[in-house]
Amino acid sequence: MSIGLIDTGCANLASVRFALERAGLTYRVIDTPARMAGCDRFILPGVGAAGPAMRRLRTAGWDQALATDTRPLLGICLGMQMLFERSAEGEVACLGLIPGAIEKLPPPADGVWPHMGWNALEILDPDEPLLAGIETGEHVYFVHGFYAPPGPVTAAVCDYGRPVSALVRHRHIAGCQFHPERSGAAGARILANFAMSSR
Amino acid sequence: MLARRIIPCLDVRDGRVVKGVRFRDHEDVGDIVDLARRYAREGADELVFYDIAASARGRTVEPEWVSAVARELDIPFCVAGGIRSVDDARARLFAGADKISVNTPALEDPAIIDRLAAEFGSQCVVLGVDSRIIEGAWRVHQYTGDPDKTVIGHRRTLDWIAEGIDRGAGEVVLNCMDQDGVRDGYDIEQLQAVRQVCSTPLIASGGAGRKEHFKSVFELAKVEGALAASVFHKGVIEIGQLKAWLGGEGIRVRP
Repeated sequence: MSIGLIDTGCANLASVRFALERAGLTYRVIDTPARMAGCDRFILPGVGAAGPAMRRLRTAGWDQALATDTRPLLGICLGMQMLFERSAEGEVACLGLIPGAIEKLPPPADGVWPHMGWNALEILDPDEPLLAGIETGEHVYFVHGFYAPPGPVTAAVCDYGRPVSALVRHRHIAGCQFHPERSGAAGARILANFAMSSR
Repeated sequence: MLARRIIPCLDVRDGRVVKGVRFRDHEDVGDIVDLARRYAREGADELVFYDIAASARGRTVEPEWVSAVARELDIPFCVAGGIRSVDDARARLFAGADKISVNTPALEDPAIIDRLAAEFGSQCVVLGVDSRIIEGAWRVHQYTGDPDKTVIGHRRTLDWIAEGIDRGAGEVVLNCMDQDGVRDGYDIEQLQAVRQVCSTPLIASGGAGRKEHFKSVFELAKVEGALAASVFHKGVIEIGQLKAWLGGEGIRVRP
């Protein structure tokens, strides 16, 4: 069994692929839902802007395939945002797998947009399996201009003038706003946790 | 809260890391992947690879070494140098670079910033600016990779940065040329002026010589990151020690 790395055709898969390889995790790149068999979990990586990315996902049939699947799914960055119902980035309807909407992230009073750099996690759900071995205060790497306001699905936040959902969880579906593939040892641990998690 | 970033810059020429003083007299300081690995281990928050000869010679960086770096690194990195088209950028991003930086090509064709931002998102697009005082104003330099081909642009630095952000750049690296390689401290005055017009992350470059210079640039110019090369390459400053000291001085850094 292996991780299915979803290739929408406009995603930069290289950094996620290399991170999985460094962690010794087995994966295969899948560009159509027809190739989901044989995978025990899936990663939806970050991809450009929401509008074009959603069109690609729909064209390939990922919206329907992911709506009915029950295997663990991890969205990364924009991949996480597309799991929600809709995004203010281009005002597009998204996959609707996680309740809630993505909004534009207002810059902090003396801060800049987008939110780019290493920020500290504050863990809200100590039982979140992806955060096993990760402590509040651990830094991970963020690059984004839109965000999920904290809600019932938020398992960890960071502070960027306001709380920003850093990790979300809804049943078997999780999402990281940060880039675990570029977040040093902490990110590698989170990817390894995902590879072993039961949900 | 967001941590201030310490960013070693690796000037690349012909597949090796080099460093010169005021953009001239480059000396070989090591292998790309070896240095990248070392800096990541020491606690660098990000790396910038700058193919210094690419624009001047009219060629672009080779994705082969970009891919080799991406395999090794678990921190973000940016690739700069001679990226003249969406296809050039795509090749580097798909090889594993997190960001691409445009400098000379954007001066020649500012709309490339719009095209790159539309295709990949502003978060991928860094505007690199080489600037110094000419005739009483900060102005942008062009073709800095080859001294024989260096030409002076007429654009004012502050105007150009505002335009670049308006066109979709998601970060600005300001290289203050009068300070480059001389380790006399960052150009606080210029960085403060740019800070006023820069609504994106701003990275200071040029002049780092002592750890106090990093503290000053974070406190006085409010930059998100500080970039340096020679002090790291030559072991004058060790990144882990620098970050520990900055943390003790009240600067928020990633431990």
